[in-house]
Amino acid sequence: MDFDLNEEQKILQRSAADFLKKECPKERVRRIEETEEKYSPDLWRKMADLGWMGLHLPEQYGGTGWSFLSMAVLLEEMGYNICPGPFISTTLLGCVPLLHAGTEDQKQAILPGVASGDLILTLALAESDRGYEPSTLKVSGVRSDESWVIDGVKLFVPDALSADHILCVARTSAASEPGAGLTLFRVEKDHPGVTVTPLKTIARDNQCEVAFDHVRLGPESVIGPVDEAWPAVKAALDRAAVGRAAEVVGAMRATLDMTVAYAKERVQFGRPIGSFQAIQHYLADMWVDMLGTRNLVLQAAWKLSTGEPADREVSMAKVRAGRMGRKATTVGHRIFAGIGFTMEHDLHLYHRRTVAADFAFGDSDSYHERVARALGL
Amino acid sequence: MDFAFTKEELDFRREIEAFVKEVLPPDWDEWAVYWPGSYGTMPQLEAEFQEISRRFSRMLGEKGWLGIGWPKEYGGQGSAMKAAISGDVLSYYRFPAGGVATTIAGPTLILVGSEELKKEFLPGIASGEIGFWLGYSEPNAGSDLVSLKTTAVDDGDAFIVNGQKIWSSGAHVTEYGWVIAKTDMDAPAHKSATLMIIPNDTPGVTIKPIINICGNHSFNEVFFDDVRVPKRYVVGEVNKGFYNVMLALQFERMSVGSGGFRRVLEELVRFARETERDGRPLSEDPRVRKALAAIAVEIEVFLTFYWQSAWMQDRGQVPELEASALKLVFTELSVKLADTAMDLLGPFGLLDKGSKRAPFGGRVGMGYLDAISGPIGAGTSEIQKTILATRGLGLPRKK
Repeated sequence: MDFDLNEEQKILQRSAADFLKKECPKERVRRIEETEEKYSPDLWRKMADLGWMGLHLPEQYGGTGWSFLSMAVLLEEMGYNICPGPFISTTLLGCVPLLHAGTEDQKQAILPGVASGDLILTLALAESDRGYEPSTLKVSGVRSDESWVIDGVKLFVPDALSADHILCVARTSAASEPGAGLTLFRVEKDHPGVTVTPLKTIARDNQCEVAFDHVRLGPESVIGPVDEAWPAVKAALDRAAVGRAAEVVGAMRATLDMTVAYAKERVQFGRPIGSFQAIQHYLADMWVDMLGTRNLVLQAAWKLSTGEPADREVSMAKVRAGRMGRKATTVGHRIFAGIGFTMEHDLHLYHRRTVAADFAFGDSDSYHERVARALGL
Repeated sequence: MDFAFTKEELDFRREIEAFVKEVLPPDWDEWAVYWPGSYGTMPQLEAEFQEISRRFSRMLGEKGWLGIGWPKEYGGQGSAMKAAISGDVLSYYRFPAGGVATTIAGPTLILVGSEELKKEFLPGIASGEIGFWLGYSEPNAGSDLVSLKTTAVDDGDAFIVNGQKIWSSGAHVTEYGWVIAKTDMDAPAHKSATLMIIPNDTPGVTIKPIINICGNHSFNEVFFDDVRVPKRYVVGEVNKGFYNVMLALQFERMSVGSGGFRRVLEELVRFARETERDGRPLSEDPRVRKALAAIAVEIEVFLTFYWQSAWMQDRGQVPELEASALKLVFTELSVKLADTAMDLLGPFGLLDKGSKRAPFGGRVGMGYLDAISGPIGAGTSEIQKTILATRGLGLPRKK
């Protein structure tokens, strides 16, 4: 066993922390949140110049070829600094299905554009019953001569406003078994019949409704085998879930740092509130919660990087981060009290994201259910 | 990052498992008392298990596994990871061996003991011949250990010890006390005490049983009445007792049977699959599925801490804060696991050892009671949190 990052990962961690501290201060986060797309083309370009967009892409597509674990290390730093934008949507939800199931032509057409920072992607998956299980998907893809016609509404599609391409999971035949009958299509956002409507969230991220109204696509739009898209989609979903959990670990670390600093300087009853055991015990718990969540997230990222089945590790990491991220920011509010309940203070920026992360790519109940299945229940 | 065991480690695990399966009585699970992460149901502390426990300890000693984590010059393999694997396997099978001697006294002697003490005690510890009990707490010195009142007065080549210790687990089934007593009555409290070894058979030592709430005789009161302790039995330096006890406590706080948690989870999963309510297995009830998934996640967190602390020791790091975090996590987990098990079994969880219809030989009801001891023993959860907050996070101490 080795609980340490390797040298490359440590350098990545340090350089990401330095870059984000300088380029992504909280004033900028707040300004970006005020835009409709919730993203800054300028910051995106700089991140691409550092090689972040292609960090885990093979070199022949303009990437660096590092492991998913390195992505998790980067995402923890992005979470620490609340780096906004369609990073997970593009690099994980968008690229992973292409890497897993795309043809060489499809990969060449998209991935180098992602690595250079020119293309933004996302994945349209969940629908009105908010599930991320394949059985809940009803948006239809019907074959018509050589082409396909997509109809239906996708919800909670992240970053669709800024995306150039949307990958859409559609039901192309009845499910003969769980996961069967689904096909993945690539659609350009301005394709006739595609309507993107932003959904305003308390997390102040960009979630969208994407309506497909008789969207006619050519056969080249199909990514991977017809009716058998689920393995590639699940690979993306698992990585996005762990990526989001890694961001939560960063947010928990940041919340702990902010709160500990405040508990040392805030004086009540003639002494720093951090000298009261009520506060000390809150913070000790927050610290241990963060360290344990971090271990599960790194374990899941490591397991995914080995290519072995990782359902158990992924589900455990996602559900732990979802619950503990919310707990940490909630406790942070207890300690900051009144000042933390203002727009002026930074804590809410984290809390908005930790609560959103708990519901991202499936809620805690759904991940607990996946753990239960992994236990043999 | 690498969360996998090496081939050598996996081979070692298989070797221990094969040994345990060979020597344990076939019906052991029906009568073994043990709840993971707690202090009141260790079979090796029970008088009725002494014969088997002593025999098994010597067998582990012969295999060289009792001191496997110790440095090579003391007969070990210098591998904390192997020691952790051994602890994991033994607790999974509720193996009735191991204790203060191997996990606390041995490692502390190696770090601060005199050469003479090491020569006298380490071979007996490594071979499983001798056992130790801890004499720290007193009736009026629990979490506030520096308020202890037991005295050890200088009398030439010996100390004369008077006073009383309490909650001394296993004093009735082992040979040596690991005792802290006040040696400088004028010094500041934290520089006033000395750690020493006191043989049970020294005149003036009286051991009286305390029956814990599980009904087990696991711990004792120990009285010292003009007990003469040779100075060569002092562990570390005179008047540095609290420092040495803190060191020993780090070893104690990392001493946990990780496998026991995995085992109980497996048993609960099997119970849920095999038990029907209203015509369908409990395992199909979403509430049951969620409860077992939630405890499985917390067990996984604990296991990463457990292996991480072994990995740190093998890199030469001293897990001080990590020991506190691990102890906090596994004892609170012990309570959560007992709560989960109790909720799953319902009224059957209340059935005691020896009762008709008791699932798991009554271990869940007993474990529910025993789990109370985890967050209290070896420094309470509140003490661990205060250590983490002040020494780890740098929060100010109360003036």
